[in-house]
Amino acid sequence: MNALRIVRIGFVINLRMLGTSGFFLLTSTIQPVIFATVAFYMFKSGGRSGTLLYAALGAGMMGVWSTTLFGSGGMIQWQRWQGTLELGVGAPPPMALVYLPFTLANAFTGMYALAATLVWGRIVFGVPLHFVHPWLFLLALPASVVALGLMGLVLASTFVLYRYANALSNLLEYPVWIASGLVFSTQVLPAWTRPISWVLPPYWGILALRHAALGGEVWGPLAMLTLLSIASLAISTLTFGLFEHLARARATLSLT
Amino acid sequence: MIEAIELRRTYRTTTGVIRRRPLDVEAVRGVSFCVERGELFGLLGPNGAGKTTTIKMLITLLLPTSGQARVLGCDVVENAREVRKRIGYVFGGDRGLYERLSAYDNLRYFAELYGVSGQKQRARIDEVLELVGLAGREKERVEGYSRGMRQRLHIARGILHDPEVVFLDEPTIGVDPVGARGLRQTIADLVAAGKTVLLTTHYMFEADALCDRIAVIAKGEIVGEGTPAELKARVVEGRVTEIEVFGADQVTVERVRALEGVTAVAVENRDQKQILVVQATGERELTAPILAVLNGVEVVRVSSREPTLEDAYVALVGGE
Ligand SMILES: Nc1ncnc2c1ncn2[C@@H]1O[C@H](COP(=O)(O)OP(=O)(O)OP(=O)(O)O)[C@@H](O)[C@H]1O
Ligand SMILES: [Mg+2]
Repeated sequence: MNALRIVRIGFVINLRMLGTSGFFLLTSTIQPVIFATVAFYMFKSGGRSGTLLYAALGAGMMGVWSTTLFGSGGMIQWQRWQGTLELGVGAPPPMALVYLPFTLANAFTGMYALAATLVWGRIVFGVPLHFVHPWLFLLALPASVVALGLMGLVLASTFVLYRYANALSNLLEYPVWIASGLVFSTQVLPAWTRPISWVLPPYWGILALRHAALGGEVWGPLAMLTLLSIASLAISTLTFGLFEHLARARATLSLT
Repeated sequence: MIEAIELRRTYRTTTGVIRRRPLDVEAVRGVSFCVERGELFGLLGPNGAGKTTTIKMLITLLLPTSGQARVLGCDVVENAREVRKRIGYVFGGDRGLYERLSAYDNLRYFAELYGVSGQKQRARIDEVLELVGLAGREKERVEGYSRGMRQRLHIARGILHDPEVVFLDEPTIGVDPVGARGLRQTIADLVAAGKTVLLTTHYMFEADALCDRIAVIAKGEIVGEGTPAELKARVVEGRVTEIEVFGADQVTVERVRALEGVTAVAVENRDQKQILVVQATGERELTAPILAVLNGVEVVRVSSREPTLEDAYVALVGGE
């Protein structure tokens, strides 16, 4: 299938480009160390229920969300700056398909960040890496990452029209951490925030990962991740189509 | 093949830092033209005339403010997808490539986007690399490419999927003379192979050598259209006389302009010297009358020649 080929090559060349960026390699080495450290001290000072692994997973997921959030918007900005955004728009496939592999590659590096956080937690702070459902964990991990990547695709589409959409995405980092229960349990949040949590892939992602690692129901969160993935894909197809049209009207595809 | 009907495009920008007022820039104001199959059509005009804007509307990257355009029979607004599949386009300049990838990976990626896949892909990429003279350098990252090499890679990318219609916006900008000649040959070969090409350039000899037909656009409007020979004939009948002088003042220039048969006088300053380019109608020999009014001015050299496309262009867009 043509679409699969486009996703595959887009994914491969993206990792290749990321791999040649020294800055990217540096940040992705340091970031997990920071997240692991944060997780450890949060856990120690909090003295709440849960285990060290519980906190480490939360911290890792924070990393995945940050990578996805800044990576997907930054990707469109960078394409515009490089002059390749017009080429992506001018190519025959729908924009959502052209940029899907870019956000997936991003989320994939986020997955690496999560894994690295766990490994650092193990090495430096002795976080036990014992999983109750190891196989389900290996399923939940990519499911979370894909769901986040597709949500990133929806965010990326806004950057097609608005050259300065970072203002929006900068606002989304901490609130999503909190509403998804990455920092502390969403039980402490007011009830009206519940529906917000339910539409956030990180909420179901961390639930799936924690339940797979520490015991609990995994299939429910997995089903929600799948549902949100499909919804994101559908929404991004619409928003890319709409924003592309508006960007062609307002001439925001190129810098000049 | 390419059909533009009363195309218009207005950009809305803002002016002023503190009190922002909207400002409309009318970049293209009712441009109409037609390019037939297999034709090489040139769009010439000064900076900011609206050439790139016109091309971007035709290749579906900008929506026209009003008017219509069809490429290969497909409307560029209603049927953008179909247009995109069947055209290729190249912008001049450094940007528009994936810097951190090799030339080969750039091409492989775009080949996939344009549905050139499987077994054909490798052969086709090798073919276009050979065509633009980049064979052997394709494994290097684009970051390290010179301007001319980037330009060649742009062209390779634009023709990768063997499109029927190709849009080239200043394709030879920044390419060395020998390289530019090679690229012109490549463009001529495209047309020989039956492709339809729309080209913009600031090099008049290039347009003269390549184009079957030319439209000159100034301030968003077409001010002249025809074959290079027609344009030359229409605008400058007869001959062009060039006189190299020292110290001709405005009054002297006006006296030349007032001579019978003189249609235009352009003055080019070079160091202390000036070159008066005098266009005249008819076959009358003007050298003697001109020298007569230049009385007192030191004349270095006088020559008379056939009009060039540049003369026609300057006359159309109005000198300075
Ligand atoms: N995105 C934009 N926003 C606002 N004004 C624009 C934009 N793009 C072009 N313009 C304006 O539209 C006019 C036409 O520009 P265009 O780029 O089409 O000219 P051009 O003929 O291609 O010039 P050049 O020979 O310099 O490439 C110019 O006045 C330019 O400043
Ligand atoms: Mg231009």
